[in-house]
Amino acid sequence: MSDAPGPDPKDLAAFAEDADAWFRENVEPDPGFMLPLTFMEVGTDQQFDFLQNWQRRVYEAGYLGASWPKAYGGGGLHPDFQAAATRAMRRANGPIMLNAIGLNWTGPLLLDLGSEAHRHAYLKGILSAEDIWCQGFSEPDHGSDLGSAQTRAVRDGDHYIVNGSKIWTTLGRYARYMILLARTNPDAPRKYDGLSFFLAPMKAGGVETTPIRKLTGEHGFTQTFFNDARIPASGRIGEEGDGWKVAMRTLEYERGARGGQAGGYVSVQADAWDVVRLAERSTRAGRPALEDPVIRERMVDFIIEIQSLSLCRDRLSVSPLNAERPSGLPLSSKLMQTEFARRINEFAVTLTGARGAYYVGDPNAVDDGIWARAYLNAFSATIGGGTSQIQHNIIAEHVLGLPKG
Amino acid sequence: MQNLGRLGFSEEQADLLDVAANFCAQRSPVQRVRALMTDELGHDPGVWRETVDLGWLGVAIPEAYGGVGLSLAEVVPIAEQMGRRLLTVPFVSSTLAAQALLKGASEDQKQRILPLIVSGSPATLALAEAESDWDLEAIASTAMRLPDGGLTLSGVKRLTVDAHVAERIITSVMLDGSPALVIVDAADIPAAARRRETIIDETRRSFEIDLTGVPVAGANLMPQELARHALHHIHLAANLLTAAEMCGGAQAVIDTTLDYLKTRKQFGQLIGSYQALKHPIVDAYVRYEQARSHLYSAAHNFSDQGAGEIATRMAKAEADAAFSFASDRAIQFHGGFGFTYDCDAQLYRRRAIWSAAQHGDATYHKRRLAELLLPAP
Ligand SMILES: Cc1cc2nc3c(=O)[nH]c(=O)nc-3n(C[C@H](O)[C@H](O)[C@H](O)COP(=O)(O)OP(=O)(O)OC[C@H]3O[C@@H](n4cnc5c(N)ncnc54)[C@H](O)[C@@H]3O)c2cc1C
Repeated sequence: MSDAPGPDPKDLAAFAEDADAWFRENVEPDPGFMLPLTFMEVGTDQQFDFLQNWQRRVYEAGYLGASWPKAYGGGGLHPDFQAAATRAMRRANGPIMLNAIGLNWTGPLLLDLGSEAHRHAYLKGILSAEDIWCQGFSEPDHGSDLGSAQTRAVRDGDHYIVNGSKIWTTLGRYARYMILLARTNPDAPRKYDGLSFFLAPMKAGGVETTPIRKLTGEHGFTQTFFNDARIPASGRIGEEGDGWKVAMRTLEYERGARGGQAGGYVSVQADAWDVVRLAERSTRAGRPALEDPVIRERMVDFIIEIQSLSLCRDRLSVSPLNAERPSGLPLSSKLMQTEFARRINEFAVTLTGARGAYYVGDPNAVDDGIWARAYLNAFSATIGGGTSQIQHNIIAEHVLGLPKG
Repeated sequence: MQNLGRLGFSEEQADLLDVAANFCAQRSPVQRVRALMTDELGHDPGVWRETVDLGWLGVAIPEAYGGVGLSLAEVVPIAEQMGRRLLTVPFVSSTLAAQALLKGASEDQKQRILPLIVSGSPATLALAEAESDWDLEAIASTAMRLPDGGLTLSGVKRLTVDAHVAERIITSVMLDGSPALVIVDAADIPAAARRRETIIDETRRSFEIDLTGVPVAGANLMPQELARHALHHIHLAANLLTAAEMCGGAQAVIDTTLDYLKTRKQFGQLIGSYQALKHPIVDAYVRYEQARSHLYSAAHNFSDQGAGEIATRMAKAEADAAFSFASDRAIQFHGGFGFTYDCDAQLYRRRAIWSAAQHGDATYHKRRLAELLLPAP
């Protein structure tokens, strides 16, 4: 992955120090409007422009893609350098990286399975946020059952002609490219074998997006329509019929079960300590809510749980403790983290008491209504990327060896 | 924000985990566990001898007293694997008695007794009383000074594990108005003063002991100024090792349940294909993995003043939650068979209840954690 030798601890320390200083200097404490907590939340042009600019600056400073090869626009350093930069970003509470689908799954996929031409054409634009990527997997009638996707791609010389529709396309309005799962052979004996995987242009004739309004009332993702859209055959990854395998691989990058991501983070973790401070500020009958024994016990539950998440991350690298079920923790982490985020934000809303009735925009809303909005937005992660129910099935079948339903 | 500690794992822990996993699996298949349940002694003396020969009694004892010179962090994988296989030798009880001596005994007492424990002389702690609940400083038993410098005890201790084999019993009493720990020679306790208790976990042996009139030589009174500190340490050490046994138990009951879900068929299908069973067993599994991460964090941070106590209480609370849930669902997921004595689910459910009642359950520890983590009301 990296074209650099192992790191010299002195170089690494100096790099980390520079990174800390850079983020301290460059993170704006308050841009004057609400920043998204996850890349799936980007809803306004103001947010988009800010985050695109922010990602470009981080990249140009050398703190994103630091471990991708130099030849494709990366920093060519050992992965430890990028890890140090990401830590510095976190310490300074930097905003999220916008181009998540490019940085975390398209990029590693191209580094592993793409051609030289793909890497030269796409990787730099992914890092600089010049080229935003989206993901065209889900369809209106096929979400969890992704293997049944019906969007058609028919070969026509150097191109494929695509017809059909994708939905819940995060960043669909802004994207220049899509990773697209489409059916090239409707007659394959197994539904999975009829799919192919493409790097598809979004700004092409016959591709249209319409915005979808989220449960928060804001605009987030889109539905994407293909009407005889022509996409170059050179953008196919793998052979015709390999699409399912490639798509599953991108999900492994997405879930962090496979490495190669560009670095940074694409969502901000809910923090139990922020909620502790909220409970101190909130009141019940004139006293801080944190004095209520029931609230105290639930607060402790959340602190224990956030500590679980952090310890389970530490444990990933302690192989003797994962010997009996090596895939257990990696395959469980999405479920653990996303359900935690949903529940702690829900709890935070209840802490605000009577003022929990206010929403973003009202002067009486606690903290401008961020808790309610964060709670509603938390479902993006318990549904997107495979629902929590599907995660249960995956853990049951792939970790615990239970039969398919 | 508080420092809650990170997870770490030593090579010694890895080696011991490996050896203990094999040893406990081989020596304690579940048929053997059931055979020992009806045996008065309750454990296999040959396996105890092997445990001693493996050097495990000395793991957390300094070399100066004949031990290996590691720490409780390295005892955790052993206790975990014993809990997993329901292997009952007086290992945890003797290890905790040794911990009491390390923190609360005089140099002379340590020199005299720790090497005996290392070489296989079992010892135990007698701390619980009728009114004490989980507060080790709530002591009603007393010691009176005798003219010859010795003491005579009175009071009744409960839930004293392995008192039938222990050669030394360390017990807590009030002396001159404050807590003291004394080392009692088991030979000084009359047979009639010891009653075997009927406890929910039939793999264990536990006793009520009437201390009235039991003599203690002056040399066996532990330095009183160390007593409170030693009791606090015992409380945490006992919770750490119980959490370890519970994590092992949770793993075993999940595995037992999975075996059933993969063999039992209803409506023409393996019952493990039904999501009403599949999803809760995944929840049990994830909960167990989280508890195990807390366990090894507690092991790693145990000797750290602040982080150690927090991590240990979290580990016990999480182990209780995980083991209780997994073993409760295990009974239900075995159907009618789950309701029988023959189904192993009951062994684990009973063990989980027993272990939760040792030194504090989840609710208790969360209350303590609220005090440690949150601003005082
Ligand atoms: C914020 C957000 C962003 C997204 N971004 C993208 C994107 O960029 N690109 C993209 O392709 N997709 C995206 N998605 C789509 C997402 O992957 C799908 O919504 C998800 O996979 C579920 O599919 P579905 O919506 O069709 O629901 P369904 O599959 O219809 O599920 C409905 C309910 O049934 C349950 N269910 C379904 N099957 C089973 C089963 N076998 N066992 C148990 N329960 C089951 C589900 O858990 C759910 O509760 C996004 C979704 C969200 C919410």
